[in-house]
Amino acid sequence: MTNGWNDIKNADVITIMGGNAAEAHPCGFKWVTEAKAHNKAKLIVVDPRFTRSAAVSDLYCPIRQGSDIAWLGGLINYILENDKTQKQYVALYTNAAFIVKPGYGFKDGLFVGYDEQRRDYNRAEWDYELDEQGMAKVDPTLQDPRCVYQLMKQHYTRYTVDMVSRITGSPKDKMVKAWEMIASTGTPERSHTSMYALGWTQHAKGSQNIRAMAMVQLLLGNIGIPGGGMNALRGHSNIQGLTDLGLMSNLIPGYLTLANDREPDYATYMRSRQFKPMRPNQTSFWQNYGKFFVSFQKSMFGAAATKDNDWAYDYLPKLDVVYDVLRAFELMHQGKVNGYFCQGFNPLLSFPNKKKLTEALTKLKWLVVMDPLKTETAAFWENHGEHNDVDPTKIQTEVFMLPTSCFAEEDGSLTNSSRWIQWHWKAAEPPGEAKTDIDIMASLYRRMRAMYAKDGGAFPDPILNLTWPYIDPDKPLAEELAKEINGKVLEDVPDAADPTRIVLRAGQQMPAFALLRDDGKTAAGCWIYTGVYTDAGNMMARRDTNDPADRGLFPNWAFSWPANRRILYNRASADKDGKPWSHRKRLIEWNGRAWGGFDVPDFGVAVNPTAGTMPFIMNPEGVARLFTRGMMRDGPFPEHYEPFESPIANPLAPKIVGNPVARVFKADMEVFGKASDFPLAATTYRLTEHFHFWSKHVPVNAVLQPELFVEISEELAKEKNISKGDWVRVRSNRGAIKAKAVVTKRIKPLVCDGKPVHIVGIPLHWGFVGATKKGFGANTLTPYVGDANIETPEYKAFLVDIERISPPVA
Amino acid sequence: MATLQSLDIKRRSATTETPPSVRSSIEVAKLIDVSKCIGCKACQAACYEWNDLHEEVGINIGLYENPHDLTDKTWTLMRFTEFDNKGNLEWLIRKDGCMHCDDPGCLKACPAPGAIVQYQNGIVDFISENCIGCGYCVKGCPFNIPRISKADNKAYKCTLCSDRVSVGQAPACAKACPTQAIYFGTKEEMKVHADGRIADLKERGYQNAGLYDPPGVGGTHVMYVLHHNDQPQLYSDLPKDPKISPLVQFWKGGFKDVALFGFGLTALLGFFHYVTKGPNEVERKDEEAAKRLSGDRP
Repeated sequence: MTNGWNDIKNADVITIMGGNAAEAHPCGFKWVTEAKAHNKAKLIVVDPRFTRSAAVSDLYCPIRQGSDIAWLGGLINYILENDKTQKQYVALYTNAAFIVKPGYGFKDGLFVGYDEQRRDYNRAEWDYELDEQGMAKVDPTLQDPRCVYQLMKQHYTRYTVDMVSRITGSPKDKMVKAWEMIASTGTPERSHTSMYALGWTQHAKGSQNIRAMAMVQLLLGNIGIPGGGMNALRGHSNIQGLTDLGLMSNLIPGYLTLANDREPDYATYMRSRQFKPMRPNQTSFWQNYGKFFVSFQKSMFGAAATKDNDWAYDYLPKLDVVYDVLRAFELMHQGKVNGYFCQGFNPLLSFPNKKKLTEALTKLKWLVVMDPLKTETAAFWENHGEHNDVDPTKIQTEVFMLPTSCFAEEDGSLTNSSRWIQWHWKAAEPPGEAKTDIDIMASLYRRMRAMYAKDGGAFPDPILNLTWPYIDPDKPLAEELAKEINGKVLEDVPDAADPTRIVLRAGQQMPAFALLRDDGKTAAGCWIYTGVYTDAGNMMARRDTNDPADRGLFPNWAFSWPANRRILYNRASADKDGKPWSHRKRLIEWNGRAWGGFDVPDFGVAVNPTAGTMPFIMNPEGVARLFTRGMMRDGPFPEHYEPFESPIANPLAPKIVGNPVARVFKADMEVFGKASDFPLAATTYRLTEHFHFWSKHVPVNAVLQPELFVEISEELAKEKNISKGDWVRVRSNRGAIKAKAVVTKRIKPLVCDGKPVHIVGIPLHWGFVGATKKGFGANTLTPYVGDANIETPEYKAFLVDIERISPPVA
Repeated sequence: MATLQSLDIKRRSATTETPPSVRSSIEVAKLIDVSKCIGCKACQAACYEWNDLHEEVGINIGLYENPHDLTDKTWTLMRFTEFDNKGNLEWLIRKDGCMHCDDPGCLKACPAPGAIVQYQNGIVDFISENCIGCGYCVKGCPFNIPRISKADNKAYKCTLCSDRVSVGQAPACAKACPTQAIYFGTKEEMKVHADGRIADLKERGYQNAGLYDPPGVGGTHVMYVLHHNDQPQLYSDLPKDPKISPLVQFWKGGFKDVALFGFGLTALLGFFHYVTKGPNEVERKDEEAAKRLSGDRP
């Protein structure tokens, strides 16, 4: 979230699209009801189904799954055509004025530079024109036909009301009404917040779904202000923490990136990461990349990381390709991955194409599952009749089940969607032989280290030199790890002006990331978390409910990264002179000497507005990007592409199938289904009664939703002769499931490209272990393809067929 | 909340006298704002947990309601109705359960002394050890709430968490509700709060929004804010004008007096008969007739 859960109460218009907050985030949804009850906010819900969120909305607009960019592109067109932008904000704080290279272009659904063989673009032309000083050229009047504003306007002229309705199936009146309500916030007095989740990310163009709404928010001046923002509702209590700590195959903590194998040394690595400003007087905060990276290396390898060995740069692995989960299972399926550690993760139900996953797990020599519950993945080799029809005698994989504690059985922190890092305390002892994940990993590391120490090996240095400063090396404490992540001073740092004065004293906990250094005198495990555990104590454990001006910021409750800042880009809440755009939406302002206000300024505190430094300090341009240059693999502007399995051809570019640069493995391409065989548009989702595959183990939750069902419209039910409560079989080209039918008015057929498209909704919570009735995993059906930029699988839009069947014999 | 703590009894079933009390208690109420409810069932889960109820895992019958009805172990149930309001769909979600009527039909119908009580604060509670499982409360309830357990043949329903309220806590459902669709406090406060919500709904175009506090049962201590207060039956058959069944009214009302009069009259007539005719005595021919009938021949 750029803002936070509590801040939603400040919104005037709220759009839930690409998510279903009432269903999947009922506790956070209270802030929507607060905004409605106390701020007279209007709630818009855009979804293929009339959801629980829609039940309390002011306007519901149906949409065909996978057509969000068309809908949002139409909204962008509506805003530009009707001149609804917040003009000064757009002109000053976005790259609308930047001039794009003459080679950039877009034709027939493709941007310039497409290479069909590689399924990739040469993105060199997707960039700004630079002047002799290397600065980007701009036209503040926004009139230059090559400026971002004009190119954007041109790009979205195709997204007319008729075209968008034809693609999305959204009724024109509802759609235009929603656009009108959202566009009403293009004034300083009003703000609009976007609440989204996996309904946007789980598409082959998921990142671009989010980008499209981010553009809307920039055009309306809704980023950096109370009640605004792009707000990703994270699906686990600590999934924000997972990404922050870099638990991805291509990241290291704090959104630093792992080197690739074309970056053999530190200097090369840094060259593509320390961006120089592209406009005069801009901050380009990533110029500090080296400080964060060196501090990370010092935290990892201590004295073994020196200036002379490039801060142990060689200790880190270098990527040849990104090893996302889809690739990991593909390699497992090819027999190239032989062992797998599965920690707090149930891929057999969580990942697409269950048949492929079962085959892949069967090829492993060993599988270790660390989990508080018995998972389907741990039991993949057990025969559970039609729900898991495998032959255990044919499976040689050795499976180790290591029971772990759950969150309530250990101390630690959880980072919520608001970026609040909140400490929690152990409430009970773990049962039986269960151990914490930390203890298991520590003893694993200690054993591996002993083996490397004894036997050597090709390159034992990173293992042997890893810092391990814990009181009990087999049981590191959560507090010890938190202090390490925060970082500390390794050597005294004197004041630059007065060397007799010591600014940072060796041994001291780092007070703030702004003081981190690239000379090896500081260490920090995750720079954005610096400040969580200082010499003043555990900031995550703070529970002060004071909230100045009732802004929903709660500055002394826990710790919000970065730097305890509650709303990102908050400099944009004030105009170029540092005055709040509106009194009602004020956050911080320039008082003549410094920036201050309700929140920690996301800006140099002493940077005078007259310097012309712009609010988006992470970008070398200083402004937010409507045009993303070459940063996204699939285009500098979001463009509508159909899902890989779609009931219609792309009306904007009929020849293009799916996202033209999404990675598809050969065998997976072959099992995409065709609309002629599988005419129904399916989507998967959560129910509020359950949490993933966990709560089906809990009797109360099992009572509330006991049995797998699928949801269909009354019209489809009539066509297929299905009544409510009947058993049905749902088939995709990858498998079939059986379920009960819920026939509902809440799903309606949509008219897309001139023909009716029926929607089948499939909740995902059932499996073959737990307290509920046994059920088929929804991902038996889903396609094995991910987003072009981050590889999140396309669970939300695929094709199926449905038929009524006789009840299974009990 | 100290003033809400009293569980002094105002009325007992099958008891004509009102127990005297030195204290007077403020009436409490739960306000369920249907327009804020997202149907997440947290209230239902909290009810199971707090009351230690172990409902069976059922099946799906093509609906979101699970279980499919109130049971002796399910004291509150989310009910879902899809309402096509002139082309605009509405999903009306109502938390069903005991309404805690001010004039409780169950209490009125109950023949077991003290099996149903009404506290001074308005809560209607079932006292299991006094319950004889006759099921009259089921008949007496205008909302079809109590359920008889097959395990112990006693009636069960929502207690409005009288145990929690007695120590100054809100009911478990209100505590668990994530969107504050369930409010709890004094009945007067709840009415004031409802007024604000109704004004908001009217501004949003729900002209018939209103408070459901039906006078036919003397008002209730569980009230709803409804978008369509003119059509409460839209919400899974919430009765428009609930009244205690005329049979119960008659049985425990007018007929009770008639019956009592009947009892008295019978006794009186018996007395007069004794005085005027003397006692009935068995004569010889009676004995012989009896022996003949029983086959014991003389």
